[in-house]
Amino acid sequence: MFDGRVLLKQVILLFWPLISTWVQGAEKIDSCQLQVLEMLSSLGSAGGKSAKPSFVSYVTPEEIKSEKEPSRKEKHPDLLPGEVVFCSASTVLKYTQDDLSQRGVFGVLLCTNFRVSFVSDEEPTEEMLFKNKLYGENDIPLSCVDNIYGDKRKLITGGLVKNKYPSKMIIHCKDLRVFQFSLSFSKEEDAKKIFQGIVHHCLEPKSLRCLFAFSYCENTSYPGSYTVENTSYPGSYSYCREHLMWCWSHHSGCALFKTASIPLVQEDNVPQTYMEKMLTAVAHNHLYSVKTEDLSDTLPTVQDILLSYNKFKQFFLIDNTTEFWMSDMKWFSSLDNCGWLDIIRQCLQKAVEVVESLEKENTNVLIMEEGGSDLCCVVSSLVQLMLDPYYRTLLGFQSLVQKEWVAGGHAFLDRSNHLHLKDKVESPVFLLFLECVWQLQQQHGPAFQFSETYLTVLSDSVHVPVFTTFLFNNDGHRDSLLRVKTHAVWDWSVQFDCKAQDLFTNPLYTEKPKQDTSVRKSYRPRHLRQLSLPSSAFKTPPKKGFFKDEADNLKKILGVKRLSRWMLSPSSDSPQTSSSVREFYEAWQTKPLDYHGLLLPCLDGPSIRVWMQRYLRWIHDVQILGGGPVAMLSKVSEILGEVQELQRQLDRHGCTLTSNHKGARPRAKTAAAVIAARSSVRLSSSFPFVTSRNWAFKPAIPTSLLQSLMVTGMPGNLADREDDGGPESLV
Amino acid sequence: LHYAPIATISYWLPSKTNASRESLKMEPLADCSLLPGEERIIDKDIIYICPFSGALKGKVFITNYRLYFKSADADPAVTLDVPLGAIGRVEKMGGASSRGENSYGLDITCKDMRNLRFALKQEGHSRRDIFDILFKYAFPLSHGLLLFAYLSQEKFEENGWSVYKPMEEFRRQGLPNDKWRVTFINANYELCDTYPTILVVPFKATEEDLRKVCTFRSRGRIPVLSWIHRENQAVICRCSQPLVGMSGKRNKDDERYLDLIREANGTAKLTIYDARPSVNAVANKATGGGYEGDDAYQNAELVFLDIHNIHVMRESLKKLKDIVYPNVEESHWLSSLESTHWLEHIKLVISGAIQVADKISGGNSVVVHCSDGWDRTAQLTSLAMLMLDSHYRTLRGFQVLLEKEWIGFGHKFANRIGHGDKNHADQDRSPIFVQFIDCVWQMTKQFPTAFEFNERLLVTILDHLFSCRFGTFLFNCERARDTNELRSKTVSLWSLVNSDLSFYQNPFYTPESNRVLYPVASMRHLELWVTYYIRWNPRIRQQQQSPVEQRYIELLALRDEYLKKLEELQLSDSSPNSSHLSNSSTPNAASPTQHITHLHTPF
Repeated sequence: MFDGRVLLKQVILLFWPLISTWVQGAEKIDSCQLQVLEMLSSLGSAGGKSAKPSFVSYVTPEEIKSEKEPSRKEKHPDLLPGEVVFCSASTVLKYTQDDLSQRGVFGVLLCTNFRVSFVSDEEPTEEMLFKNKLYGENDIPLSCVDNIYGDKRKLITGGLVKNKYPSKMIIHCKDLRVFQFSLSFSKEEDAKKIFQGIVHHCLEPKSLRCLFAFSYCENTSYPGSYTVENTSYPGSYSYCREHLMWCWSHHSGCALFKTASIPLVQEDNVPQTYMEKMLTAVAHNHLYSVKTEDLSDTLPTVQDILLSYNKFKQFFLIDNTTEFWMSDMKWFSSLDNCGWLDIIRQCLQKAVEVVESLEKENTNVLIMEEGGSDLCCVVSSLVQLMLDPYYRTLLGFQSLVQKEWVAGGHAFLDRSNHLHLKDKVESPVFLLFLECVWQLQQQHGPAFQFSETYLTVLSDSVHVPVFTTFLFNNDGHRDSLLRVKTHAVWDWSVQFDCKAQDLFTNPLYTEKPKQDTSVRKSYRPRHLRQLSLPSSAFKTPPKKGFFKDEADNLKKILGVKRLSRWMLSPSSDSPQTSSSVREFYEAWQTKPLDYHGLLLPCLDGPSIRVWMQRYLRWIHDVQILGGGPVAMLSKVSEILGEVQELQRQLDRHGCTLTSNHKGARPRAKTAAAVIAARSSVRLSSSFPFVTSRNWAFKPAIPTSLLQSLMVTGMPGNLADREDDGGPESLV
Repeated sequence: LHYAPIATISYWLPSKTNASRESLKMEPLADCSLLPGEERIIDKDIIYICPFSGALKGKVFITNYRLYFKSADADPAVTLDVPLGAIGRVEKMGGASSRGENSYGLDITCKDMRNLRFALKQEGHSRRDIFDILFKYAFPLSHGLLLFAYLSQEKFEENGWSVYKPMEEFRRQGLPNDKWRVTFINANYELCDTYPTILVVPFKATEEDLRKVCTFRSRGRIPVLSWIHRENQAVICRCSQPLVGMSGKRNKDDERYLDLIREANGTAKLTIYDARPSVNAVANKATGGGYEGDDAYQNAELVFLDIHNIHVMRESLKKLKDIVYPNVEESHWLSSLESTHWLEHIKLVISGAIQVADKISGGNSVVVHCSDGWDRTAQLTSLAMLMLDSHYRTLRGFQVLLEKEWIGFGHKFANRIGHGDKNHADQDRSPIFVQFIDCVWQMTKQFPTAFEFNERLLVTILDHLFSCRFGTFLFNCERARDTNELRSKTVSLWSLVNSDLSFYQNPFYTPESNRVLYPVASMRHLELWVTYYIRWNPRIRQQQQSPVEQRYIELLALRDEYLKKLEELQLSDSSPNSSHLSNSSTPNAASPTQHITHLHTPF
C-alpha cells in the first residue's frame, strides 16, 4: 500500500508540468479537480500522513509558469550586502488572502541568513507605496518569525525535525503577518531542505554573531551610519543594575530616579546599607522628601506580560476567515480575559501616580524593580512623555528611547530572544511601552509630532536584525561586541525612502505658539540642563525642616523590612491611591488642555483601546475600504500641504508672517505631499501597510452570526415574544 | 432664530428671541431663556444629588417644557436642563420618617440614559406639589393635556415640513417608470392604515391585486417599493410577514405579486430577507403569521437575518445603562459591555443591511420584512439605502430618509417612545430608533468623510426624539398625524436644523456619488457611542471636541488668510505705482476657490 503511494507520487511528479498546465487552464476548479489536488497534496506530504486536506476548503492556483522546472538559481530576491542564501525550493504554493476565496500563487521559497523569502513566479504587481527597502511583503526577517505550524496546525519546535516535513507550513510573524505555504507541489528533497532550513534558522538556538546585523554591518559602509552612543546618559550613570539612575528633573527641583531593587536573599544588614546609600544619594542634593516604589509589587511581572501578550496576539494571527468570524462575537470578553489592555492601563496608572508626586507634591520619586530595566523603563519613559513635551517630538522620543531603554540597560536581546535560548525570559516589554504611548497619542493626538505609523514601524523594527539599537542587553554588552560601524534604527532611510518617512509625522501636531519665540530660545537649553545631573543649585524647598525627620524615619523602616509602595504617601493602600489618581486626573481635566504641557491619559474602560493599525492591518475582512481615521487625517494633510505651499509663495514675496500661526511653519516634513499625490487612490483603514490593489468590492459578511448570541435568562422569555402581538401573544 | 440643541444646553447662550412675557419676569431663569410658548409652573429650593459632584443645593424650575436646575454655591455652577419629554418615570424616594441625609425626595428616570435624584426637606410634605406637577406635565397625555409641541410658538426661517415630498423623492429615483407605478389607492388610508398615502408598486399589479395581497399580509402592509437602483433596476421592497398560520396557508395573489417584483428587472431569484431569527419566524405561525415557504414561492430564496425583537433590544439597552450610568463599570469593562449584547445587536442589524445592499448592487431585487415591518424592517431598508445611495448621506437627504422610511412607513414612535405617557413599563416601548441612529453613527465613524452631517445632528435627533418640542417624531403613523393636524399645529425638527445647517455639517465631507459604502460589521470595529451613552459623565464630556476637526478648521482659515495676503501682494507687485493702495485693496471675504481663480489671473 505504502509502496504504491510512493510510486504514484513519483508518477505524478514526473507528469507535474502537465498536471500544472491542466490546473492552470481551469478557470474554476470543479470537484473532480479538487479531489485530485487534495490527493496530490496529501501525497506530497511525506508518508502521505494526512489524507484530509487542510482547513482551506479549496485552492485555485492562480497561475503556474508553464516553463518546465523553473530554475531556482535565477529566482531570488535582491540580496542585501552580506546576505547569503541557505536553501530554496521551487513550486511552493503561497496562499493569498487577498480575496474572500482562498487562492494561491506559486513561487520559490528561500531561506537566507537574513530572511525567509517567497519569490512569486508571477510578475510583481504594482509597487507598494509604503515599501520597506530591507524586506518586501513576501519576506520575513528571521527574527520576525514567531511561530511555525505544520499540518493540522501542529506547533513546530526546533530540534525535533528529522526527515519529516509537513505538506503545509504556516508562519506567524511578530509583526502579525501570517504566511501559509504548501510544500506538496515541490520536489521532496527541496521541500525537506527548505522546511528544515527555516526551522533551524528561525527556531533553534544560535549565537549572537550569527545575527544578520553583524554580516550586514561588515558589508556596508553606510554614509549615514549612526553612532549609537550619542545620546547615552551623561556621567557614570550608564547602567543601573547596581546604580541609582537619575531619569528626569521637574522644574521644581524634585526628580525621578530608578534603580534595581534590593536582592531578596541578603544578609540582614546589607539591604539597609544598600538602601541607605541609595536614599542618601537621592536626598543629599535634593532637600525634598522621597517616595519609593517597588514596581515588582504593583505591576505585572515580565512573565505575566508575555503570557498576556501571547493570548492577545492570537486574536490577530488569522489564517482562517471562518474562525475569525466565529471569534468575533466573543471579542470583547476574550480581549478582557487576556488582560493585555489591563496591563497597559496599570502601567499608565503607575506613571500617572509618579507624575502626581512630582508635579503636585514635588517629591522625589525612586522607582525600582528587580534588575531595574523593564517596568522601570516603561514607567520612567511614560512619566517623561506626560510631563515633558520635548519627548513628544520625533527627536525627543528617539532620545527618550535611547536614554531610558538603550542606555538604561533594557535587555533587548533577552527580551526579544533573538537567539532562542531556553534560559532567557522573553517578554514584549518595549512593545508594552509603545502600546502605552499609542494610548496617550490616541487620546491627545495634537500633542505628538510623530504619527501612529511611526510607532507601528518602530514596533516592527525591533524584529529586523539589521539594527544594533535593539540587539543588546546593555551598553557594555554592545561595546564589547561591536567593532564596526553600526546602523541605528533611527536612520530611517535604511528602511524607507523620504516619501514613506513623511508618514511618520503627525499632521495634527502644532509647535508651540509663536509668541513664545523668545521663551523657546531658553527652552531648549533647559532640556540640556535637564539632561545633566541635577545639582544642588536648586533653591531650598520649604519642606526642608521636615525632611530630616522623615528621612530618619524612613531609614528606620528600611531596616525592618523590604520597601514597598509609597513609603511616605498617606494613602498607601491601592483603592485610595487610585482614587487620588482619579482626583488628580479630574483636577487636570478641568483646566484647559495644553498640548505643550502636562498630559494625562483617561484610564476609564472605554478609553483604553486596541491599537487597530498595528493589529488589524493585515486582516482583509476588517479593512474599511475608503474609510478609517486615515480618511480624515489625509484631508488634514492635504490642507496642511496647501498652507505650506502658500507660505513658501508668501516667503518669496518677502512677506513676514507675524501673526501667531500655530504650526504653520513646519520644520519637519509632513505627509501632505505623499497623501495628496495619492488622493486618487482609495485609502483603507490599513493604510499605509496595505494599499488598494486587489480590492474585492464584495463586503465581508460575517458568518456564524447567531451561534454565540445567547439571549437566555430574559424575564418571561422575551426573545420568543412578538413585537406587537397584542395581549394574546404576551401570554 | 434658533436654539442650540439640548446636548450642549449647559452652554446655552442667552437667546435674543422675543420670549414670552411670563418668562421675562422670571428672574432666576434668566440664564436659560424660555421657548416661545413655554410657561413657568413652579420653582423650589431643592438639593440635587449629583452622582459626580455630590449633593448640591440649588433651585429647580419646572415649566411646561422642561425641568431646569441651577446649583447655588458650586463653582462653576452645575445646571441641569431636561425636557420633560425625556422623563420616563417619576417616583417618590424615602418617606417622611426616613432617616439619613437627603433620603427624602424624588427619583427621576430619564429616557436619555440618565437618572436624577432630588432631595427635599422632610417637613410639611414639601415634595407633594412638585411631584404632582412633574407627574402631570411630564406625562401630559395621561392627564388630558397637550404635548408641548402643540403649545410651542417657535418660528424658524426654514419650514421643515417641506423637506420631504414623496413624489419628488420618487422622481429623484427615476420613478415611476415602465415597470413601477405610483398608486393612490391608500389616499384615505383604506388599504393600510399604517402606510403612507403614496405607494409605488409593480406596474403590472392592478389595484384589485393590491387589495387581494393586502388580506394576506399582517396589518395589510403589502410589499411596496422603497428604493430602486438606477442602473440595474434592482429594488428594495418592504412589507410585513405573510399570514401563513399553523395550517401553512397559501395565497396565489401574494405569490404572483412577489413574482411581479422579481420580474420587474428580470432577476432570476427574488431574495426575501426575513429580519427575524428563524425560530421566531416559525413561532409566529402560531399567531397566524409566518414566512414565505419554499414550495409556495418557487422563484424566491428566503434568508433569515437573526435580529431579535423589540423586547430583547429594550432589555439590552437597559443593561447598557446599568454599566455606564452614573459610573462607568471599571472592573472588566469589556466583559460587561459584551454581556449587554448591545453592540452584538448593532452588528447583526448592520450586517443584515450589508447583505441587502450587496444583493442590490449585484442586481437582485429584495423584499425585506420582519413581523409587522415597522421596526427591524425600517432599520434594514434605511441602512441599506444609506449604503447604496449617497444622497441619503447629505444633511437634507438624511432627513428625507427618516421621513420616508421611519415616519412615513409607520414606525410606531408614539408607542416605542411613549411620548407624554405615564406608563413607563409599557411593553411596547423599545429603543429601535436609537439603535438605528447608533448604526448610522457606527457608519459615520468608519467613513468619516462620507457623510455631510456630523455627530451633533445625530445627538440632536435623539434628543428631540424624546423632547416633544417638535412634531417630527410624534404619533405612530401618517393617518394619526393627519387626524391630529400635526403639520399645521406643530413645528418640524428640520426647521431647527435647516435654519442652522453649518452647525450640523461635517467639515470632512467629500461627496462621492455612486459609491456603495460597506461598513465592516465586526466587533473589532464597532464601538460604544461614548459621546452619546456616556455624555452625562463629566470625565467623558471633555473629549467631545474632536481635535482633528479643530485642526482642520484652523488650517482652512489659515489657507484663506494666506490666499488673501498673497492676492494683496500680487496686486501690489503687478502695479508698482499703486503700491500704496495695497492696504486699502483688501478683497472682500470670498471663498477660497474664488481666490485661487484670482491667483491665476494676475492683472
